[in-house]
Amino acid sequence: MANLRINGAARTVAADDDIPLLWVLREQLEMTGTKYGCGIAQCGACTVHIDGRAARACVTPAAVLQGREVVTIEGVSGDVARAVQETWRRLDVAQCGYCQSGQIMSAIALLSEIRRPSDADIDAAMTGNVCRCATYVRIRAAIHEAATTLGA
Amino acid sequence: MFTRRRFLETTALAGAALVVGVRFDSRPAAAVEGLAPDAFVRIAPDNTVTIISKHIELGQGSYSGVATILAEELDADWSQIRVESAPSDAARYGNRLLGGAQVTGGSTAMADSWNQMRRAGATARAMLVEAAAREWSVPASEITVDRGVVSHAPSGRRATFGELASKAAAIAPPAQVTLKDPKDFKLVGKQPPRVDSRAKTDGSAQYTMDFAVPGMLTALIARPPRFGATVKSFDATAARRVKGVTHVVPVPAGVAVVAESFWAARKGREALRVAWDESRAEKRGTDELYAAYRVLAGRPGTRARREGDADGALRGAARVLEAVYEFPYLAHAPMEPLDAVIRVGADGCDLWAGSQAPTIDQQVVAQIVGVPANTVRVHTLLGGGSFGRRATPNGDVAGEAASIAKAIGGDRAVKLVWTREDDIQGGRYRPLYVHRLRGGLDAAGNIVGWEHRIVGQSIASGTPFESAMVKDGVDRTSVEGAANLPYAIANIAVDLHTTRIGVPVLWWRSVGSTHTAYSTETFLDELAHAVGRDPVDLRRALLAKHPRHLAALNLAADRAGWGQTLPSGRARGVAVHESFNSVVAQVVEVSRRPDGLPKVERVVCAVDCGTAINPDVVRAQMEGGIGYGLAAALWNEVTLVRGRVQQRNFDTYRPLRIGEMPAVEVHIVPSGAAPTGVGEPGVPPIAPAVANAFFQLTGQRVRRLPFARLAAAGTRTS
Repeated sequence: MANLRINGAARTVAADDDIPLLWVLREQLEMTGTKYGCGIAQCGACTVHIDGRAARACVTPAAVLQGREVVTIEGVSGDVARAVQETWRRLDVAQCGYCQSGQIMSAIALLSEIRRPSDADIDAAMTGNVCRCATYVRIRAAIHEAATTLGA
Repeated sequence: MFTRRRFLETTALAGAALVVGVRFDSRPAAAVEGLAPDAFVRIAPDNTVTIISKHIELGQGSYSGVATILAEELDADWSQIRVESAPSDAARYGNRLLGGAQVTGGSTAMADSWNQMRRAGATARAMLVEAAAREWSVPASEITVDRGVVSHAPSGRRATFGELASKAAAIAPPAQVTLKDPKDFKLVGKQPPRVDSRAKTDGSAQYTMDFAVPGMLTALIARPPRFGATVKSFDATAARRVKGVTHVVPVPAGVAVVAESFWAARKGREALRVAWDESRAEKRGTDELYAAYRVLAGRPGTRARREGDADGALRGAARVLEAVYEFPYLAHAPMEPLDAVIRVGADGCDLWAGSQAPTIDQQVVAQIVGVPANTVRVHTLLGGGSFGRRATPNGDVAGEAASIAKAIGGDRAVKLVWTREDDIQGGRYRPLYVHRLRGGLDAAGNIVGWEHRIVGQSIASGTPFESAMVKDGVDRTSVEGAANLPYAIANIAVDLHTTRIGVPVLWWRSVGSTHTAYSTETFLDELAHAVGRDPVDLRRALLAKHPRHLAALNLAADRAGWGQTLPSGRARGVAVHESFNSVVAQVVEVSRRPDGLPKVERVVCAVDCGTAINPDVVRAQMEGGIGYGLAAALWNEVTLVRGRVQQRNFDTYRPLRIGEMPAVEVHIVPSGAAPTGVGEPGVPPIAPAVANAFFQLTGQRVRRLPFARLAAAGTRTS
């Protein structure tokens, strides 16, 4: 068993067999907003925040997270998260939507670190997040627009 | 506890419109309160308007589109709209453009829904108006409806839909309704926000992967290493020792490992030992297929089109150009891997899936489980992408889930998951094709003959769709986009060689046009350059009798600044193509990456899709279609060596990433015609437009896709 802090709450989970955080979240804690897309950290659908930084839950063993702060799409809060989610809705970024939890988690992490990201900053921060619907035009626009909102 | 009346909310409540839950079973929970004049809309006393979509939401915006059409004629307020998916029932929810099965596909959702949803909205509106007229004792003709409020101006009376719903339910639906004049549209052609955006930005949107019922098990299938292999024997000793593994059972697709969790099922599958009988497996590699197909392309095939005498025209031509093209197998690779949840109980069977064909799944499950089809309830959840993969003629994923449920017995629900590796390696690919084109030019530079031969597997052959889709030995999905070449050329011959290969194939977003647009639009470009004609001018000259093509082409060329000087290191290319009754033209600007491949900087896209119900969704589909097509054009191929697929996951089947996405401008050709396809038509023009621009930039013709084969071969041109 392992004691984790997830979305600000203490949770005790079964963390044996190298089980990745992804499956602990989805199956033990019934937080299904974090998605399985590839299982090898190639698509970013499972992106969460670990101590405020974007991380891939599909390759992060739950057992190593004792004492770390995990935040999922269900638990994001604050000005940056609000700006990102509201902009995503205003621009109707999502198509199928399956990757968008991960996209949003990466975007929040980016804007938390760089308030006015350049296109190059966006490319670097978001390159690990695949969208097969190719909503990238709007993801880029939404990040810029959220940055503007936050700067106002 | 397992409760039959449990409702599963897929979204939080807020914002404009939203998607509501999927009911645990499809039987009415109780007599419907309020107004439910038909299978498509319910108006509740709480003033919500629930629209029932027979078309699955896969990202293409069908829920929003269906709701927009119905809400328009109903004069509802967008904020009172809810959308839920229809239960499996072909009689009520069949697609009238696809033979009556309940299928979302062929970019038909809006075309199929247009008249039906307009009538449904207008019918409900008429009943509300009549209810108000009786209640207020005023003539119905004096009543107006605006944004969910029914009003009688002379008396100053007003009522909401919710207040009138139960009274309206007592009124017989009118036999005739009057539809709006399009000039009075308030939602169609405007920008109502998507109904699913909120749920898709807070993690609450529920896909099959997220669906769970108490006691549910998770299954993975150990699949054969070559297509067509079967299980000879297996040793489950180690697999069964994995904590959480509950069953290891043979099924037609392989050996299923069933467990209390995904991780246990995965560990169990890794520990499983299977010996395969490969005596009937496909053992050829893609290199051998290309070689064999190239030989076939040298010979005439089955006639798909004949205009004039192409053979004679080519013999008499002053000059003949020839080009041979290779198109690889392609996986769909939607972000949500394939999956389905099934529960077989004493009272029938429930299937939860993001399937494009729920009534096909219903039949398949009924047959495998051995129950009447009307006891199989298919609950359609949001699909995490599909691109055609979730519409199979044999309901493959649902059938596998049913075979597992049958093998393990009992009434516990089972979720079948395909891992990403299963998805990339498991087949149902866009077929591999070879095309050979020959074009004849006369001394004045006119195109006098066009010969096009296509070699590849049939998608429809051997499926229930064969009788509808294969005519005179020609699968129309193999030749669409080529057999209906729009250009005014007097002598045209299009031939098809249909091959039989043991690699399972399927339609892939834009189907035949995924390859025919490339070969026809790049070959026409070659002919234009051969005679020194501007590629846009030549197309204009040959499209005089195709006003929709011309309008899209002219709009894209105009907005892209065709003919204007570009900075050095950049070049433009153009392509125009009709698919699913829509015409899309794209002008691209490319530069060159350090590895020699094209970098697409900008795409200007013009689309004629008839009435654009949700213009912003149309733009989104063009953007997405461009990105989806570009990923395939640049990077994607499934290759086989001695029958084994060489790619495994997104590390080797490389998706497009944000830095590779061009800027995209979409322009919609104004149209009052009925709506046509949007989900697929954005895909076909992008690859040929990029190839044509790449030639302009480098002088090099790319005839083997993907473009990455250039870099792999070490090819460089200056």
